[in-house]
Amino acid sequence: MSVSVRVPTILRTYTGGESEVSADGGTLGELLDSLDTSYPGIKGRIVDEQGQLRRFVNVYVGNDDVRFLDGLKTPLADEAQVSVIPAVAGG
Amino acid sequence: MSTSLDTSPRATDEAGASDAPSFGHARCLICRACGAEQPLGPFYACQECFGPLQVAYAFPKIDRSSIEAGPKNIWRYRDLLPVRPDIASIPNMEPGYTRLIKADNLARELGIRSLWVKDDSGNPTHSFKDRVVAVALAAGRELGLKILACPSTGNLANAVAAAAARAGIESVVFIPDDLERAKVLTTAVYGGRLIAVKGNYDDVNRLASEIAGEEEGWAFVNVNVRPYYSEGSKTLGFEVAEQLGWRLPQQIVIPVASGSQLTKVDKGLTELGELGLVEPTPYRIFGAQADGCNPVAAAFRDGHDVVRPVKPDTIAKSLAIGNPADGAYVLDTVRRTGGAVESVSDEEIRDGIALLARTEGVFAETAGGVTVATLKKLVETGQLDPDRETVVFNTGDGLKTLDAIADRLGPTATIDPSYSAFRAVDA
Repeated sequence: MSVSVRVPTILRTYTGGESEVSADGGTLGELLDSLDTSYPGIKGRIVDEQGQLRRFVNVYVGNDDVRFLDGLKTPLADEAQVSVIPAVAGG
Repeated sequence: MSTSLDTSPRATDEAGASDAPSFGHARCLICRACGAEQPLGPFYACQECFGPLQVAYAFPKIDRSSIEAGPKNIWRYRDLLPVRPDIASIPNMEPGYTRLIKADNLARELGIRSLWVKDDSGNPTHSFKDRVVAVALAAGRELGLKILACPSTGNLANAVAAAAARAGIESVVFIPDDLERAKVLTTAVYGGRLIAVKGNYDDVNRLASEIAGEEEGWAFVNVNVRPYYSEGSKTLGFEVAEQLGWRLPQQIVIPVASGSQLTKVDKGLTELGELGLVEPTPYRIFGAQADGCNPVAAAFRDGHDVVRPVKPDTIAKSLAIGNPADGAYVLDTVRRTGGAVESVSDEEIRDGIALLARTEGVFAETAGGVTVATLKKLVETGQLDPDRETVVFNTGDGLKTLDAIADRLGPTATIDPSYSAFRAVDA
């Protein structure tokens, strides 16, 4: 299941400056594991020690915030687009 | 033809001092979550934990007389903001120093001993957003950014488009496509690009965050220069304290959208106390939301310290942020100060607008209806002490949200143009 992941500026130190990378996974959680294999350490910046999404990170599958879906268990279709975006903006 | 933010004149002193970027007494950016420090720059999220950055200062001694000698706008507090010392001399909207109204009629109606309305509809584009945009523009200029931009629920759109026009620079404003027509027109009139996005504010905000991460040279006022922008809200607190005769109120009711305003008013009041500009007397801060977008009120009610996002559905569009960036910090602030966060229905919001207009002659936009209705509810439920001096914020002008009350107001009577017809209805 190949998924495209948009990487925020803050995490591009892990991806060699790439703003968009590919990874595999049937769920968001599996995708992050796959991403961490390719770019060690990146998962820990998105997910906390308890395995929850960090407080100040928003993750979207397509246009939907995964907090409105099934969190890390959110299923991913082939060629899905996942975006990781800092949460602290707006207002 | 656009002009760069950084081409506007920067004053140099007679000794020919350098024209290096200046942020006044600001020292660095500091993460509110983990405490990591970063240099002053176009950053808003912590490199370590994604947490929100805020401006930290090394204040000198500041006295009341130097503030009182300043201009009748927010720049009288320039020493407390991340701006260059000569900021007042650079063309800008000169926002702030709005009325603090002694609201005796409303106080009597609600059974409150002493009540004030801080009426920020008196700003140049008729909302408190002129304050924050002025500080964001100043920061963008220092950082060499070229385009002033924002995602907005309307009031910010007005403020950004107008401030950019006044400064002679390019603006790009992103709004939800269902925004009130008045707010669309009152943005478009200033020129600049206005992009309507098919989605709600949270969708627009997400798009802005992505653009801010990709495009060089953009000052997204509430994204990549948000730490500076939000400092502008402190001036609401500064003004209230100065207008009360350099003392702090005992209770304040503030609308909550992202939560930035509420937390920065608290920061401002704290700074006044720390600097000895006021006696640091205790105050309670209350947050006000609409039932149709009440993620912070719900978290407060349920005892949570994080905010679960919601899909907004309320007439109070200027507060319709379902995923509030500073929600958790609002919870911290109201709990620390002994306040609360409440929410009110759309019908109560309309009643709140009418109540404030009828009692004090102030026509508030829906956000002001939210604060007044919430104030009423807080008194009725015993959460706010009616014997303590209270300030309620009106952050915008009712002329921007006429749709909200259009169905319930109109002429008292329609008559033929004759005296007898008038007598017939003048019972």
